[in-house]
Amino acid sequence: MLFIRLVEEMIAEKYKEQKMRCPVHLSIGQEAAAVGVCNALSKKDRIFSTHRSHSHYLAKNGDLKKMLAEIYGKLSGCCGGRGGSMHLFDKSAGVTASVPLVSSSIALATGSALNSKINNTKEVTISFLGDGSVEEGIFHESLNFASINKLPIIYVCENNLYSVYTHLNERQPLRSFNKLGEAHAVKSITCDGNNVSKVNEITLKLLKECKKNKGPFLLTLNTYRHREHCGPNYDNNIGYRTEKEFKHWKKKDPILVFKKELIRKYKFNEKNFDNLSKSLTKKISIAFKYAEKSKLPNPSLISKYVYA
Amino acid sequence: MPKKKNKTKQRIIPGSEAIREGLIEAAKKDRNVIFQAEGVSDPSSVYGTTKNLEKIFNKKRIIEMPLSENAMTGVAIGASFLGKRPIISLHRVEFALLALEQIINNAAKSHYTSMGQHSVPIVIRLIVGRGWGQGPEHSQSLENLFSMIPGLKVITPTFPADAKGMIISAIEDNNPVVVIEHRWCHYIKGHVPNKYYKSQIKEPIKIKNGKDVTIVANSLNVIECLFVAKILKKYKINIDLFDLRVCRPLELGKIKKSVKKTGKLITVDLGSKILGIGSEIVSEITSSCFNYLKKPPIRIGMPDYPTPSSRGYLKNHYPDKRKIINELSKLFPIIKKNYKSIMIEIDKESKKLPIDVPDPSFKGPF
Ligand SMILES: Cc1ncc(C[n+]2csc(CCOP(=O)(O)OP(=O)(O)O)c2C)c(N)n1
Ligand SMILES: [Mg+2]
Repeated sequence: MLFIRLVEEMIAEKYKEQKMRCPVHLSIGQEAAAVGVCNALSKKDRIFSTHRSHSHYLAKNGDLKKMLAEIYGKLSGCCGGRGGSMHLFDKSAGVTASVPLVSSSIALATGSALNSKINNTKEVTISFLGDGSVEEGIFHESLNFASINKLPIIYVCENNLYSVYTHLNERQPLRSFNKLGEAHAVKSITCDGNNVSKVNEITLKLLKECKKNKGPFLLTLNTYRHREHCGPNYDNNIGYRTEKEFKHWKKKDPILVFKKELIRKYKFNEKNFDNLSKSLTKKISIAFKYAEKSKLPNPSLISKYVYA
Repeated sequence: MPKKKNKTKQRIIPGSEAIREGLIEAAKKDRNVIFQAEGVSDPSSVYGTTKNLEKIFNKKRIIEMPLSENAMTGVAIGASFLGKRPIISLHRVEFALLALEQIINNAAKSHYTSMGQHSVPIVIRLIVGRGWGQGPEHSQSLENLFSMIPGLKVITPTFPADAKGMIISAIEDNNPVVVIEHRWCHYIKGHVPNKYYKSQIKEPIKIKNGKDVTIVANSLNVIECLFVAKILKKYKINIDLFDLRVCRPLELGKIKKSVKKTGKLITVDLGSKILGIGSEIVSEITSSCFNYLKKPPIRIGMPDYPTPSSRGYLKNHYPDKRKIINELSKLFPIIKKNYKSIMIEIDKESKKLPIDVPDPSFKGPF
């Protein structure tokens, strides 16, 4: 979690250099969802992500250098600079695809689960989505299909209360997300998305169920994005959310919560934390240097890969 | 438009502001006009184009749209059957792809199948997201996709004053009108009259008079062509330049007349060259003006592959001034002879901007 936080903080810090020239949707504040879920997975399990894909990609052990190089638009990036920050994938790590159009990857993830079911293999697919995603028909169509076919998939809805600058209450009626899943006979659970241990514990349970052909599931994780919808800055000044709300969630910062847990249970202390930060920062800086030094793609490569 | 000397009368505003004025003027005139967008009143308000509408109009007319492009397009069409004039604004052309069924079946065909009993006076504003590494799924224009469909009208405004008038005409029109707005055109500044007025959405407009070659371009490419026209004038090549403006219905009367004069035709597409609007123009002109053509017509447009995110790939990707000059050099030996100095001149006159930003003020992040 700390690793992802430090990577994204460095992206935010260096974004003003104007060398990362693509949109970036940071997950700062939401890391427990990605880490709690992905930490429960094995390498063979697959995840699908959205426009906000950095944390999912990194939590599933996607290659950091390739991710940063992609954001810098470099040939050494995971898409060779073709996709930018919203198209991250690392096939060998099981990060199968990230798609920038809202909800688009939900069906792809469902297809991945269908594949496991037909082949009778035991891996599970995770479909990461946002609270906005459930407004698209494709979410419901996918859950319906997964439900009648008992597919081994967990739909993980990160409810951060906003779609861009619009609060959930302006877009959806008051009702729990569980009800959406249950309407499709998909077992649904909601939990504190800022508590990484809890998220992890629940995911492990659901994985077991999926492997016993008792999928699919909808897991809703309540959380909050600290920075602006897209970009490196804080945006409490522009008026769509209150400082009070922000501070409330800041207190529930998933990293703070987990740090406290570590201190309480495992004699972890501030010094350990600092040392860990330092060693991670070193590793991250090396990856940034790699990305910055990598070459931009040559224009002659642009026409490659249109057809298989 | 001729430059007015009296500077006090000029009201210079950017394209995005002009479009907003058009929306407001039309909605003031007709209470049936309603607005739908994702974040319609949020701090960014669709690049400022729907800003503060909720302060001017009854809140019932300003509809915050859930992320349900398909259903909400159908909702707009249904409301339009009963007299509303909904305007849907989407931040990217690609978001309309979720609503193609509604657009192509219900919007385009309801008037036809109901034998005129229904009409669908909706406006669907789609913004081309080119720039800042938007990548393959956030930067397409796809005007040719929509222009295939009888029953739709498709317009591509370029200049602020025209954009305002075109938006008003689109709202008054009793047919579904797809407006493809290039977000780089939102930055173009110009004089815009401070009143209710319409610009026709029937045919192209000639914006430069010349006898040597006919060029038909739309949207951002018109700006590129104007640049080229200015430089080539020094070499005594005068371009008969048209802003296409309206992709459907494709009214080519003026273009035919021009080609009969010049004998040479170049089209510059915003979207793909292959199966683009230019393909249709060239084909029509070849059929009807074959005997007047002195040279084979030339099409310029986006190449036959997607637009990747990284600027590294994008050199020579877009149909820009250099590409247009290159094609023109096939028609005019004098360009070949002076090629180097023309290119130097282009470099000198070009704003020194990176390939992925529309304006010096643009700093990302989307
Ligand atoms: C089909 C479609 N409509 C609109 C958008 C523009 N858009 C990008 S991200 C976003 C917000 C999505 O909200 P949510 O699903 O809650 O994810 P979050 O950004 O909060 O992580 C929107 C509307 C899009 N990418 N795709
Ligand atoms: Mg959200």
